[in-house]
Amino acid sequence: MDTTMTPAISFSSVRKTFGDVVALNGLDFAAPRGSVTVLLGPNGAGKTTTVRLTTGAMKPDFGAISVLGLDPQTDGDEVRARVGVVPPKPAFYDQLSGWENLKFAATIFEADEAQARDAAARFAIDDALDQDVGGYSTGMRTRLALARAVLHDPEVLLLDEPTAGLDPESSRAVLGLISDIAGRGRTIVMCTHLLHEAEGIADQVILMEEGEVRASGHPEDLANRYMADPVVIIDAEDRASLRFISELDGVLAVRDDGALHVTLDTTDRIPDLVIELVKRGVRPTRVEPIRPTLEDLYFEMQRAHRETG
Amino acid sequence: MIKAVIRIDLYRLFKTKDYWIPLVILGGLFFVVLPAIMLGLLSVVQNSPMVSQIGEIVGTLPATIQQNIQGDTPMARASYAFAVYLLAPIAIVVPLTISSAVGANSIVGERERGTGEYLAHSPLTVGEIYVGKLFASLIPGYLAGIVGFALYSLVVNVIVGRQIGGWFFPTAGWLLLVFWVIPPFIAIALALILRLSARVRSAASAHQASSLVTLPVIIMSYVVASGLLYSPVISAAVAGLIAWVVAILLLVSGTKSIKRERLLGVSSDA
Repeated sequence: MDTTMTPAISFSSVRKTFGDVVALNGLDFAAPRGSVTVLLGPNGAGKTTTVRLTTGAMKPDFGAISVLGLDPQTDGDEVRARVGVVPPKPAFYDQLSGWENLKFAATIFEADEAQARDAAARFAIDDALDQDVGGYSTGMRTRLALARAVLHDPEVLLLDEPTAGLDPESSRAVLGLISDIAGRGRTIVMCTHLLHEAEGIADQVILMEEGEVRASGHPEDLANRYMADPVVIIDAEDRASLRFISELDGVLAVRDDGALHVTLDTTDRIPDLVIELVKRGVRPTRVEPIRPTLEDLYFEMQRAHRETG
Repeated sequence: MIKAVIRIDLYRLFKTKDYWIPLVILGGLFFVVLPAIMLGLLSVVQNSPMVSQIGEIVGTLPATIQQNIQGDTPMARASYAFAVYLLAPIAIVVPLTISSAVGANSIVGERERGTGEYLAHSPLTVGEIYVGKLFASLIPGYLAGIVGFALYSLVVNVIVGRQIGGWFFPTAGWLLLVFWVIPPFIAIALALILRLSARVRSAASAHQASSLVTLPVIIMSYVVASGLLYSPVISAAVAGLIAWVVAILLLVSGTKSIKRERLLGVSSDA
């Protein structure tokens, strides 16, 4: 069997409960090899449980899971040797130095010290390896966790809220490092509830809620599916002069969010719209077609789900 | 892999002075300070009624036991009996207490720190984690027992030896006790404590629960130590053999008793 054609990770009708609480309710998804899949959803959506089931750290109640063509329950040791994980709130042996923690990880993942040093350098934590981890900042801990997760060059990297607790600057740096790993052709599954984190990184977004997939696809496909109509932000020297805009041809909706968000039937309308505004004496100060953000998508998908469900 | 788990746990313990300093004090107190005080008092107050009473008690013991007690005077025989038989339980109690304290925290500690999540996602098998944790808990206690035993030997020989006519300690019974009986007794306690450590929700609960295990083992150790009075070598050899069998059975079943989910702090069957 050519395993390179199979997805790196696939979940099929996976159910997991904790007592009366249903964590995953028939979860289905596949993460293609070499792709970045973002599991997006609020707290309690089942993202962490998905990660734990992927490595075989937990057993599903029902359903099939395949990771790199292996079953994590029966081939768990091999799966875990080929996967790297950054858990939420990465934990370390705080009394030990960063290097001692990395060396332990290198031993159990059968990597050598040079690989551990390389990983530390890649995530710019090599200068702090002699310090006890107990004295690390949250950003340093995250960098060390990333170095620890990739030192054995895993084929799949699972990142569970990797920027939790980080300041915006550190968060951006970490996301940049994740992009770098993605550029090396590794399969990445990242869980987050922060929508902007998935922007520009995700090949596939899976919106999860209550242990189920609400929607999935490439961000652009999702944008076309859920927000097919283009939106243009329009402002003018005199905002009141724009009050007639909803009457113009091709305008589907107008929303005032500080500036006017005008939904059109097609982007081809934009030049005609501007000409019409000027003809009517309006002096436009801003005409900006906007690409929907994942945040827009997220709320739109939720709204659509509520309406259909 | 097992060695890596043992090494990191021991190194972590070594760097946590708040944890091991009280344990060293405990060992020093029971192996050196208290025996030195008691044996010293016995040799200083030679003509006191207390020494006479101990001598009389020794004299009432069965003849088989009296054969094992050396010394020409009642005071010498009392000191010998005290050093060789009455203080024998400390050889088990101290290492057991130390190992239990370390073991109780071992798995639940990983969970409380969050490092259990990392171990759960690692290629380490639960068997490797269990055995690694067991040895990492056994070694500090046993090491304390060995060092304590050496120091105790010194104290006994210096204080009691001159009354007996030379250095006489350790006896064959004590050597068997330290090298044959104590390791499986610690292993039995740890095999049970690690199971508890994997099941309970906090380190505090683990320490509470571990006392349920250590207490019966301590009582057993007193029984074994009492057996040394009658037939030092045979009783130690038999007790050790039984303890080894029980320990091995518990260890084998213990490696299968821990589930990876328990390292995460969640278990659907908890």
